[in-house]
Amino acid sequence: MRDIAIISYAQTPQVRDAGAQNDIEMVMDVAHQAMGDVGFTIDDIDFICSGSCDYLGGAAFAFVNAVDGLGLVPPKKESHVEMDAAFALYEAWLKMQAGECDTALIYGFGKSSHSEMRFIPTLQLDPYYYTPLWPDSISLAALQARAVLDSGKYTEADFAQVVANSRKNAKNNPNAQLEGDVSVADVLAEEMLVAPLRRSDCCPISDGASAVVMVTREVAEKLIAEGKITGAAYISGIDHRIDAHGLGVRDLTTSESTRIAAEKAGVHKGKVDIAELYAPFSHQELIVRDALGLTKDTQINLSGGTLAGHVFMAHGLDRLGEVAKRIIAGEASRGVAHASSGPCLQQNLVAVLEA
Amino acid sequence: MAKLAAVTGVGMTSRFRARVKESIAGLVREAALNALQDAGCTWADIDAVIIGKAPDMFEGHLMPELYLADALGAVGKPMLRVHTAGSVGGSTAIVAASHVQSGQFNRVLTVAYEKQSESNAMWALSSKQPFSPHFNAGAGGFFAPIIREYMRRSGAPLDVGCHVAVKDRKHALLNPHAHLQEEPNLEAYMQSPMLWDPIRFSEVCPSSDGAVAMVISNEELAKKSPNKPAWIAATSMRSEPTMYAWREEVNPEAGRLCAQDVYKQAGITNPLKEIDCAEIYVPFSWYEPMWLENLGFAEEGQGWKLTMDGTTSNIDGGACPWNMSGGVLSSNPIGASGMIRFAEAALQVRGMADKRQVEGAKTALGHAYGGGAQFFSMWIVKAEKP
Repeated sequence: MRDIAIISYAQTPQVRDAGAQNDIEMVMDVAHQAMGDVGFTIDDIDFICSGSCDYLGGAAFAFVNAVDGLGLVPPKKESHVEMDAAFALYEAWLKMQAGECDTALIYGFGKSSHSEMRFIPTLQLDPYYYTPLWPDSISLAALQARAVLDSGKYTEADFAQVVANSRKNAKNNPNAQLEGDVSVADVLAEEMLVAPLRRSDCCPISDGASAVVMVTREVAEKLIAEGKITGAAYISGIDHRIDAHGLGVRDLTTSESTRIAAEKAGVHKGKVDIAELYAPFSHQELIVRDALGLTKDTQINLSGGTLAGHVFMAHGLDRLGEVAKRIIAGEASRGVAHASSGPCLQQNLVAVLEA
Repeated sequence: MAKLAAVTGVGMTSRFRARVKESIAGLVREAALNALQDAGCTWADIDAVIIGKAPDMFEGHLMPELYLADALGAVGKPMLRVHTAGSVGGSTAIVAASHVQSGQFNRVLTVAYEKQSESNAMWALSSKQPFSPHFNAGAGGFFAPIIREYMRRSGAPLDVGCHVAVKDRKHALLNPHAHLQEEPNLEAYMQSPMLWDPIRFSEVCPSSDGAVAMVISNEELAKKSPNKPAWIAATSMRSEPTMYAWREEVNPEAGRLCAQDVYKQAGITNPLKEIDCAEIYVPFSWYEPMWLENLGFAEEGQGWKLTMDGTTSNIDGGACPWNMSGGVLSSNPIGASGMIRFAEAALQVRGMADKRQVEGAKTALGHAYGGGAQFFSMWIVKAEKP
């Protein structure tokens, strides 16, 4: 296996409505920053892979304009997943393992303010039996939250504590959309949005983009020797798994796919200093934390996580970027990043990053 | 550095026509089961599932991999969804190959599909991107002026396009999977309605439903597989922007570079002589002569001559048949069309193409393109281990 590292990460501010700035302009900001920070231009990139969703803009081929924006002349090796960009990073990682490239630019973007975000994920359900009922994403999450409460594992106060931690951590994240001093009591005092979830238990809707540059060890060491970067976050393990789609055929209070991915990625092989979890609803952070087997020794979502800002299609890549950023800065030596897709955490990716 | 990989199973749905009464899950599962049977394995033998299709708007179904995880036996396994416009079927096969070539997976299942009967692809392609100019043209309207420019530059006779369509539809009569099964008539084709000048109705791909699947295995497993493997000798992808001032739209640079890359990997210097047959993405008939040139089978401006002299006809015993399956002109489940090209190429070198077999085919090219003829994916498969 080749050693592969994330060497830079850029993210736009996560905002409710980016206004006249279109998604491609946001991609340009982060792609050029991620490359520029390590002294790269597009000519230094062997492979480009991205994640986006056509339904946010309401038109086919959202990713095509990004290729135009990057100006791939002469033409380059480029690919796209209609998934969170964390999975685009996985594709690039495979290409590197196969020896097809040594440097890669990965980006994800989502301008959710164009759309009725609550109902977009409804279209990803079984088109014959689920979608015609139009269950919205918050209602599905509420079903799961109710199952968690009924299992007796956690209480509504535990959910609220997740919110309070997120808001507090986000105070240190200039790109966060929501931050501040919020107490458990403050959250519990809110009205129910979709019981048992309150508004603060749900992630905000954000516009934004993010990008990562990933390289082989040889390239990373050369850049360090040249003084262009100070460190790199090596991916010691990465794996993703999917659960059954039907909500009635899996235990919603656990995440089996996260557990398998964590085992394959080697989460338990060492101490986990930090973790960034993709949990758009407060109770999901608890489910994922347990499935990963994380203990109190791990600092979770120092960025504020999903409850502080949620750029659909880029947010999983953000988790990798946030962990990598702290490892590169020397603030942690080993961290776990988690990305998710689908209703009630159906699909999950887990990566372990090390200094 | 890359590990060897081979196609050990190919499966397709039965005739690629509208399957209104079947579900999307039923469609993909049919192809997948056929591929598993060919490969002599079961769901339990598959390490990962890689799925591709064209825009989600074609069925109005977002991120279909989530719903299809159960039907494709992916529960508890990695599942990846590729989307690179019309080239997606080819790109998906290449990403699946990368899984094995990386050494991380021993045997994977890859599937591509489209169920066009669920929608109208032309309108799904014509909605406007926020902040962008509105083409409202569909694919035919986009490619018509490019084809007109090829005709002007090459001075090709005006009936070349209809000759391609006749040839491919004759090929289709030998392929039970082909959507269009009609004895073509050149005169009638030349008289058919003009849709997007100079593209006539007879020169356009149909709207089809269908799925295709392949099992891709590492060297060790390929050697043990019950049927002959198709060894993957080369893979490549290239992308270029839709628009830039000096863009060569008739003979795109991305296509030329992609072809050069696979030829180099496979040790090919003269594609016309060294490639026995090819399955090339030709959704509008004139793209056969255009791609003959873009892929280096003919000098610029000369591609149409290979069509007209029968070189690309399997039925006429041409030296380098193209689209023995009937091609995209006879069946177009869009997201699957690229992978069907790749799978048909594999069937040829495995000697398993039945009535559409090119005798003694040892080296075959699979090709797909998409977007504004700007995304390319290609592979070369061989009968002998590279």
